[in-house]
Amino acid sequence: MPPLDETPAQKPRHKPSRAPRTAMPERDALERARDFDEVSLGYSEEQALAEANRCIQCKNPTCIEGCPVNIDIKSFIARIIDGDYAGGVSVLKERNALPAVCGRVCPQEEQCEASCVLARKGEPIAIGRLERWLGDFDLACDLEHRCAPEVGEPTGKRVAVVGSGPAGLACAGELRRFGHAVTIFESLHAPGGVLTYGIPEFRLPKAIVQAEIEMLGVMGAELVTDIVVGATHTLDELLAEEGFDAVFVGSGAGLPLFLGIPGENLNGVYSANEFLTRVNLMKAYEFPSYDTPVWRGRKVAVVGGGNVAMDAARTAKRLGAEEVFLVYRRSEEEMPARREEVHHARQEGIEFKMLCSPQEIVGHDGWVTGMVATRMELGEPDASGRRAPVCVMDSDFVIDCDTVIVALGTRSNPLISQTTPDLEVTSRGYIATDENGATNKPGVFAGGDIVTGSATVILAMGAGKKAARAIDSWLGGAARG
Amino acid sequence: MFPIVYQRQLSDSVFEMGVQAPAIARKAKAGQFLMLRVDEHGERIPLTFSDWSAEEGWIRFIFMRVGKTTHQLSHLVAGDSLADVVGPLGVPTHVEGVGRVAIVGGGVGAAVAYPVARAMAEAGNEVTVILGARNKELLILEDEFRALPLKQLIVMTDDGSAGEKGLVTAPLKSLCEAGALDHSMAIGPAIMMKFCAATTKEFGVPITVSLNPIMVDGTGMCGACRVSVDGHTKFGCVDGPDFDGHAVDFEELMSRQRVYSDLEREADADFSRECSCHR
Ligand SMILES: Cc1cc2nc3c(=O)[nH]c(=O)nc-3n(C[C@H](O)[C@H](O)[C@H](O)COP(=O)(O)OP(=O)(O)OC[C@H]3O[C@@H](n4cnc5c(N)ncnc54)[C@H](O)[C@@H]3O)c2cc1C
Ligand SMILES: Cc1cc2nc3c(=O)[nH]c(=O)nc-3n(C[C@H](O)[C@H](O)[C@H](O)COP(=O)(O)OP(=O)(O)OC[C@H]3O[C@@H](n4cnc5c(N)ncnc54)[C@H](O)[C@@H]3O)c2cc1C
Ligand code: SF4
Ligand code: SF4
Ligand code: FES
Repeated sequence: MPPLDETPAQKPRHKPSRAPRTAMPERDALERARDFDEVSLGYSEEQALAEANRCIQCKNPTCIEGCPVNIDIKSFIARIIDGDYAGGVSVLKERNALPAVCGRVCPQEEQCEASCVLARKGEPIAIGRLERWLGDFDLACDLEHRCAPEVGEPTGKRVAVVGSGPAGLACAGELRRFGHAVTIFESLHAPGGVLTYGIPEFRLPKAIVQAEIEMLGVMGAELVTDIVVGATHTLDELLAEEGFDAVFVGSGAGLPLFLGIPGENLNGVYSANEFLTRVNLMKAYEFPSYDTPVWRGRKVAVVGGGNVAMDAARTAKRLGAEEVFLVYRRSEEEMPARREEVHHARQEGIEFKMLCSPQEIVGHDGWVTGMVATRMELGEPDASGRRAPVCVMDSDFVIDCDTVIVALGTRSNPLISQTTPDLEVTSRGYIATDENGATNKPGVFAGGDIVTGSATVILAMGAGKKAARAIDSWLGGAARG
Repeated sequence: MFPIVYQRQLSDSVFEMGVQAPAIARKAKAGQFLMLRVDEHGERIPLTFSDWSAEEGWIRFIFMRVGKTTHQLSHLVAGDSLADVVGPLGVPTHVEGVGRVAIVGGGVGAAVAYPVARAMAEAGNEVTVILGARNKELLILEDEFRALPLKQLIVMTDDGSAGEKGLVTAPLKSLCEAGALDHSMAIGPAIMMKFCAATTKEFGVPITVSLNPIMVDGTGMCGACRVSVDGHTKFGCVDGPDFDGHAVDFEELMSRQRVYSDLEREADADFSRECSCHR
């Protein structure tokens, strides 16, 4: 690994360019809305260099605090400027095992980029796009030439990681760096968690997820799919019978919420989880070459305003829907989805029906034919600080549709807590931990969505890494890290 | 990969298969199920354990050939393997202290009824089994049931080619009338379970039904398997598959089972065209 101490900022040569932020090339909206290929094409080398050269290499780089895992953004950009791309990858991998993923899906505009000094002028460095470019540079190399974080001397300790989403993967990678043996148990047949079954191909190609996960194999982490912890093995069995010295639980928040309104069990009503799982994990968009079917609606109503709703709506469009409506209780301003996703969705022809609250799903012969919704208006700000929507009297109307996708969010799956009675959970069923990820149960740690509720990829990764350090000290390696 | 160690054909369209899966075999209980995927392009489908051996590390299941995946499965033999087997899933059937119980197994439901009847008998209950099939050829596991310590085995066929001629609800009704039951259970096609529920309701005999909604993950992640029980939405895979038969909305279940009928026919037709063998 190249030394990181020599900061290129000390070199007088770098003169930041005054050019505007480099745009990301994207495929034409109408063309891309018909297939599952990636929407954003990524920078070319010239574009990456142009963008990197805009960075002023601040003495006190504020960008770094904006990143939940504190990537040394200034140095990785300096490496790009110097043409030392492999060096840039090493800087990224010091902190983030999945740069090609995070560069694509992090809400950068609220994180690193929001904290860049140039953000004040409205043109922060496109940190995410540069990270993606370096991540892709690394993945384009043969496996043996890719940047592999160094693995620690074997400690003789074994750790089980439950779940192969971002939290579990980050924890496993970090544990390998400490030298502990790691086995990851995944309940589905493919690893990656939401990266694999939730976020669609056109936003995050599965080949990239698999390639990043491959690196963990190179680092010596073992992955076992088809094991449901809580069913195939309980947590206690992993510790007592399977010989693990500690366990990390990164099982995510996978239990879908429904509206609880009449008609919700009609044919044609999906949870976003089911719809996206059928399409992404099971590849239903390639039916019948893949065996799993999905109902391709002509008029699709998606309920919700987050990233999940955007993904479901854009996926429905790609499956051939003529019209896709996004039905959200509040106004566009309050939508929790990333601006970029909202923008892409609009470009692709998704229709926004804001300030509408579903009351009932109506059907004929067991199938959805429409959704009754009430118009809303914004009242006083509620506890969350957002203005609460209130019903407009007598404003019910029918949205004509044959498919409804409910994207209201998810809760924790109780499989593990139910079979581990002495594991403390919160009133909402999430696993309770201290700030380092330790649960009340000795040797059991947790992190990611199963602790916080649905959050982001990078926060889950941060939690996984933090827990790995706590596990390491619990196993007696406190001197390291 | 999960190696297939055993395969036999029970009737024209029903097969039994054994797979080496030691971790699952150690945990399986009557009434639980597994999810399997034949290969990389395959669908995940749920099948109930018909038998298992914790010592030898195998599990068995019985399936009826109804569509593409089960058709594909029917072509596999010992020495082949399955891409994925996951389990044991679902809540085991409650077998302790049930008392005098009648278990109805209709069609391939007999496969699910078999381990349940065995576990119920082992737990000291007085077990009557009612097996139903359209005809003698479709009747499965009769010998296996006869080998269990049952109070009685009643066989019903639609055409009278084996046992009595008639529907399973007839003997179920007689047992209810005679006041011979503390509990009942029905496992089979939704329509049969619906009629069994109606039959027992009249006499106030509780009934457990084992539901088979469409599933994707089988672990509570997708909600494809939702069923209405007493007006509440439940997930078949984690809250069930056993539910109170008097509270289940069978019409909804049957409707939801048909969501993909057209697509499934298309997939199976494609497969049958490619597959040269016409077993
Ligand atoms: C559709 C969608 C789009 C999103 N878009 C973004 C985005 O653009 N940017 C962003 O930052 N975040 C996004 N998120 C949120 C982000 O994906 C999650 O916050 C993150 O994946 C959480 O990581 P995790 O490791 O905690 O859990 P998950 O990613 O949920 O992984 C958990 C894993 O554990 C497995 N598992 C569960 N239970 C068991 C068990 N009992 N035994 C064994 N394995 C088990 C699961 O199968 C899964 O693979 C999105 C989420 C969704 C659903
Ligand atoms: C908990 C549970 C236990 C079951 N146990 C058994 C068993 O022991 N033996 C047995 O023969 N069958 C069992 N079934 C039914 C079995 O899963 C279906 O017959 C099988 O999935 C059909 O797949 P296919 O591709 O061959 O047929 P398809 O042509 O795909 O489907 C035929 C019919 O099977 C049902 N079905 C299809 N896909 C699924 C799915 N993913 N999940 C559930 N049902 C589906 C639908 O009603 C469909 O119309 C069980 C189902 C459940 C939910
Ligand atoms: S990991 Fe995410 S937040 Fe951190 S620098 Fe990269 S894009 Fe920004
Ligand atoms: S704050 Fe912005 S300009 Fe300064 S070093 Fe970080 S990315 Fe470069
Ligand atoms: S099968 Fe997905 S939740 Fe039951």
